[in-house]
Amino acid sequence: MVIIWRSALHHLVIKDLSAHYGTVQVLDSINLEIARGEVVGLMGPSGSGKSSILRVLTGLTPLSAGSVSLNGEVINYSSAESVRNMRERSAIVFQQYNLFQNMTALENVTIAPVKIRNRDPEEVEAEARALLSKVGLTDQISRYPDQLSGGQQQRVAIARALALKPEILLLDEITAALDPELVSDVLDTIRALASEGMTMIIVSHEMGFMREVSHRIAFMAQGNIIECGKAEQIFNSPREARTREFVSKILKH
Amino acid sequence: MMAQLIQEAPRFFTYYNLLFLAQAVGTTIALSAIGCLFGLLFGCLISVVRLTEKPWLAPLRWIALLFTEFFRRVPFLVTLMLIFFVFQLSGANLPLFVVASLSVTLIASAFLAEIIRAGLLSIHRNQWDAATAMNFGLIQTIRFVVLPQAWKMILPPAFGFFVMFIKDTALASQIGVIELTFAGKVLNNKGFSAILVFGTILILYFAVSYPLSRYGHYLEKRLAPSRH
Amino acid sequence: MLDYTFQYGQIWPYLPRLIDGAYLALEIAFLSFCGGLLIGTANASLLSFGPQWIAKPIQAFVVFFTNTPQLVQIYFLYFALPDAGILLSSYAAVLIGMTLNAGAYLTEIQRAGFSTRRQSEMEAAIVLGFSRWQQIRYVILPHIARVLFPPLSNHFIIMTLGTSMAAIFGVEELTGQALNINSITFRSLEIFSVVAALYIAITLLASLALGLLGSLLFRTKLRVI
Repeated sequence: MVIIWRSALHHLVIKDLSAHYGTVQVLDSINLEIARGEVVGLMGPSGSGKSSILRVLTGLTPLSAGSVSLNGEVINYSSAESVRNMRERSAIVFQQYNLFQNMTALENVTIAPVKIRNRDPEEVEAEARALLSKVGLTDQISRYPDQLSGGQQQRVAIARALALKPEILLLDEITAALDPELVSDVLDTIRALASEGMTMIIVSHEMGFMREVSHRIAFMAQGNIIECGKAEQIFNSPREARTREFVSKILKH
Repeated sequence: MMAQLIQEAPRFFTYYNLLFLAQAVGTTIALSAIGCLFGLLFGCLISVVRLTEKPWLAPLRWIALLFTEFFRRVPFLVTLMLIFFVFQLSGANLPLFVVASLSVTLIASAFLAEIIRAGLLSIHRNQWDAATAMNFGLIQTIRFVVLPQAWKMILPPAFGFFVMFIKDTALASQIGVIELTFAGKVLNNKGFSAILVFGTILILYFAVSYPLSRYGHYLEKRLAPSRH
Repeated sequence: MLDYTFQYGQIWPYLPRLIDGAYLALEIAFLSFCGGLLIGTANASLLSFGPQWIAKPIQAFVVFFTNTPQLVQIYFLYFALPDAGILLSSYAAVLIGMTLNAGAYLTEIQRAGFSTRRQSEMEAAIVLGFSRWQQIRYVILPHIARVLFPPLSNHFIIMTLGTSMAAIFGVEELTGQALNINSITFRSLEIFSVVAALYIAITLLASLALGLLGSLLFRTKLRVI
């Protein structure tokens, strides 16, 4: 019982996590515990390490110290097996969409389940079509990424991530490269996922959206989590001076 | 002088001389094709080895790097001599054509490995990241994502190399392979005038090389602006 | 693998001759590169700014020299020209052959470089009131030089390696010296492996020198990311 309770509480535990790009320290002893079904927003000035956390979690950037555990099991990032396991359970959506340019929208969604996970192609395709229509794309699925608008590409990227049936979804500034009128489409999709109980870490500059969708928000600066709390608390009564300064600057706009 | 050439021409363009030249053209083409085909194969292999990141593959990466740097920084002629002497001293009695084929394959592999590597690396980092995050291995990433985009970058310079390469096989004449240049020397030694002989050889090389280089330019133009 | 004992000791006394050979190789490469650069610049300028009719002969020159082997071109110069009453020394034949060949390749390289003009920079220059000459001096030329430097230095390295074919005509550059020493000592593997190492050394040195020169002249190119 205790074990189930613990794993139910802590889906993902980040402990003393540090990372470097060359000699520059991008993450400095990060601690963050995320419960199953929880949506955590990462906020902070650019270069504060928000995106780096997501990259380290998926093993795209190596960590230099600390640990990450998923469902109570520590991920060993120097073991290919362990990293593969983490990547099977999580999916990341990149700021620049990172759609495969040589594949149609549909192929982008089906390639990993079919070729990497060796699932039945027909079953996967049916799922992919359903996912694409869920994110509002039905007519454009046989188009190539450069024939789609930014918002459409971003939604394909979300469908591609969901096709992996992840336990945890990592979203890296997914609206930053979009025209304002396209933002709401993408945010609607995320809102729906949050209400379905998907565990998510969201890096975003959309404060209104972060406030609405996140259960907790962590404010980061210079590779540290300065403070972490409920969205209301971070926005309305930040404890730390740096958070207050950041929030007041943002709310002026 | 012109009159002299016209007088000599019927003696030169006999059935046997033309057959001899045709065989020599065949040898030149065969040598180039072997080099390019195997070079493409090994070049792919070497470029993939150089892109691996696993620590235990580091020695292989070093070998691949040394291999490409060596054959790209040693003249074709010196490589040919080295390999020729290795076989001579080892007592392996291989035909000269095989020795030359081996040399051209090694050289083409090194150059094509660099061309392929440059092409693969020209694909944006974010394509590699997305594939990695979805558990694609290196080979899968290259096969499904990178190569389908990179071949357009690779083909034009590879064609440029092929054209250069046909001409470089002329050096195989120095170890005695009877290809086009060697045939020219043989005919010149038989007493035919150098203008006639080497003029013909130049025209024959041109006839082989020019269509290929035209096709290379066509590919470059066609592939540059297209998308898929 | 081989039943062969390497005896590098036998060829050490010849090292100074090999170094002389390496020096001569660089000399041939440098002279023919300069000659080729002259031809290439003239041709590329004529192709970009000259009269229409001149394009055809220049293109014919380029197409001929880039589609036939340099070795056979030099054979032609060395063996066929005497029939027409022009007698060339082997050194001269190699130098002329390599210069013409370089001229053809450098025409192509520079023509490609000339055609990359940046419209935005030109517009800025026009708006700032630059005269035609000032546009050329401050905008066009620096840009072309920056674009052309890497492919030109790359071609110089290719030409340095190409000088080894001078040995076939008896020029005593690096490979030529190797053939001479080989006929005295018969230590073929030792000699040619040392010669290979020397070629690697001189091309690495040349690459390094050109790289430094490039970063010195075109500092902007060095900016990473």
